[in-house]
Amino acid sequence: MTTIYVPGDSGALALGAEAVSGAIGREAAARHLDVRVVRNGSRGAYWLEPLVEVEGPHGRLAYGPVGAADVPSLFDAGWLQGGAHRLALGAFESLPWFCGQQRLTFQRVGRTDPCSVTDYLANGGYAGLRRALSMDPAAIVEQVTRSGLRGRGGAAFPTGIKWKTVLGQPPGRKYVTCNADEGDSGTFSDRMLMEGDPLSLIEGMSIAGIAVGATQGYIYLRAEYPHAWRTLTRAIAAAYAAGYLGNDVLGSGRRFELEVRLGAGAYICGEETSMLESLEGRRGEVRVRPPLPAVKGLFGCPTVVNNVITLATVPLILQRGAEFYAGFGMGKSRGTLPLQLAGNIKRGGLIERAFGLTLRELLYDYGGGSASGRPIRAVQIGGPLGAYVPASQFDLPIDYEALAASGAMLGHGGIVAFDDTVDMARMARYAMHFCAVESCGKCTPCRIGSTRGVELLDHILAGRGGEHALGRLEELCELMLQGSLCGLGGMTPFPVQSALKHFREDFSAHAQH
Amino acid sequence: MQTSALDQEHDVRRILAQYKDRPGPLLEVLHAVQGAFGFIPPQAIGPIAEGLNLSRAEVHGVITFYHYFRSTPPGRHVLKLCRAESCQAMGADALAAHAEARLGVSFHESTPEGHFSLEPVYCLGLCACSPALLLDGEPHGRVTPQRLDALLEEAEAGAGGGR
Ligand SMILES: Cc1cc2nc3c(=O)[nH]c(=O)nc-3n(C[C@H](O)[C@H](O)[C@H](O)COP(=O)(O)O)c2cc1C
Ligand code: SF4
Ligand code: FES
Repeated sequence: MTTIYVPGDSGALALGAEAVSGAIGREAAARHLDVRVVRNGSRGAYWLEPLVEVEGPHGRLAYGPVGAADVPSLFDAGWLQGGAHRLALGAFESLPWFCGQQRLTFQRVGRTDPCSVTDYLANGGYAGLRRALSMDPAAIVEQVTRSGLRGRGGAAFPTGIKWKTVLGQPPGRKYVTCNADEGDSGTFSDRMLMEGDPLSLIEGMSIAGIAVGATQGYIYLRAEYPHAWRTLTRAIAAAYAAGYLGNDVLGSGRRFELEVRLGAGAYICGEETSMLESLEGRRGEVRVRPPLPAVKGLFGCPTVVNNVITLATVPLILQRGAEFYAGFGMGKSRGTLPLQLAGNIKRGGLIERAFGLTLRELLYDYGGGSASGRPIRAVQIGGPLGAYVPASQFDLPIDYEALAASGAMLGHGGIVAFDDTVDMARMARYAMHFCAVESCGKCTPCRIGSTRGVELLDHILAGRGGEHALGRLEELCELMLQGSLCGLGGMTPFPVQSALKHFREDFSAHAQH
Repeated sequence: MQTSALDQEHDVRRILAQYKDRPGPLLEVLHAVQGAFGFIPPQAIGPIAEGLNLSRAEVHGVITFYHYFRSTPPGRHVLKLCRAESCQAMGADALAAHAEARLGVSFHESTPEGHFSLEPVYCLGLCACSPALLLDGEPHGRVTPQRLDALLEEAEAGAGGGR
């Protein structure tokens, strides 16, 4: 029997994978061929999706991008026996784009059957949990601390230190929550991981529960991810059935229950205290800190809040040891980061590499330059609250501290490219508009300031601004920066200020008409 | 979807019975209600509030806070176009203008015959396939205006449809 992998990843589906899978099934049946179709995650090479892999005596060979109409000719070419075809790519893992990557967190994504516990176990899964179950909770936390793992959701806070705070709270009800709200434009690593290797997230949360003494976990998933919802739900059921979740995890006598809760289309619910409010069934209004969620979080109990990628990296750290993970990276940015390359780029997708790669390598070596063929003029790093970086700074290394020093932030690792047709004054307006749409309304600088920012930028875009209006925009940014309660109001100025700083000509261009 | 007031009441009660004893159940209840009716009927607010021991104002406040919940029935087909940065870098603004012109409505509106609702979304996680959209929950990437026309025609031609 031959196994054919056709991604069920929603990015692949958006490019027609469902029709391809259907065509393969029909064609194989018509030809009386013994074929098993596995719906795997995506390898992250979206310019090659739908990317189909055939596993047989010739190894595992990739074809892409495959359209449903190509399927008969692929069978005619004898692809089950490794036959030649214009879409043949050879072994995916020998493609230069792939073999230079360091896939740790994403080691299984796109390779395995996402919800199969058997497949997961055969590929190193649950070794981390087994190890954790034989350790003292403080020792587990110590491993995570020593690995240097920092939160991948945006704030880059050391994960082990957060866990230590929760572990240090008096015994009683505690929670582990996963922030799967992934709202930043240009980011999709959480989605890919949940659709491609959900068991690694489940295992990571179980380890977190055992480490801090929590017996209940929640994954807060954005409503925009219905496919991830289906995969997670299936994977959780499989983990329960195999004894990896429930009241006696692997016969250890430890309990860990896990459930997915859906968000409802509010960007602010990615902010951790807003997320907790939402999990409790309320409006996602940001809480004033302190207390920290680690002390008083969900339903008033000590709570771990971590991003999907953070949690899904933990099993590997426990399995291979803190030193192994810390061996990757530069400075205080240890390990690898699954980078997401999007926007106007020829080869968009997921690139996992140790910290320290430059923007230029990412955009040109991996991304192949812009999709339009025009020069890349700017990139926005870290989502809608991230700064715009001009081409003159593309030699910056991708590292938390290096980017912060130049006024940018890495955030969740999404990078959106724009070619030279972009109007940065319009992008600045969009930043304010987005903040106005998504503000939770709790504080004035954000709620009123963002609306004021849109008005000011409309003025500027209509050519009625002049230097005076730009000055007022700068003052407004300063006010939002200083006076907002959370990062939405507090960081919306970053894209605006960086656009003003590096692309001021775009703002005055409108004044000349 | 046509349901009588009585059916509706029955469904809301069933949903409440299913979720009310879970911790922090309101969002789950609202998702289930919207899943059943396509929107959250204003008449459902009272029973939900009562069933969960909340005030009507609290329930209303939660419904209005979240963009995903709607208080009016959607069109037979729902088109959610991504308006966020990555898609903008690949022509989402032009695609949005095309959608508005083609359907003759603005965002947050439905066509008069109720065939289509047009909604903005801010990132679908399909940014490596920008510009992206969801049509009746199905993802589509690298959508050109021509492709959008074809998708809308297919949806219109298909019998009925669903959200
Ligand atoms: C406006 C705003 C939106 C955020 N959105 C997300 C998000 O979608 N996903 C996420 O993991 N963290 C998000 N964060 C960061 C969280 O507040 C929090 O730092 C994170 O979930 C902690 O997990 P980590 O330490 O593993 O990164 C957001 C923060 C702000 C201020
Ligand atoms: S900055 Fe904006 S989103 Fe954050 S608390 Fe204030 S109003 Fe809410
Ligand atoms: S920005 Fe459109 S899908 Fe992410």
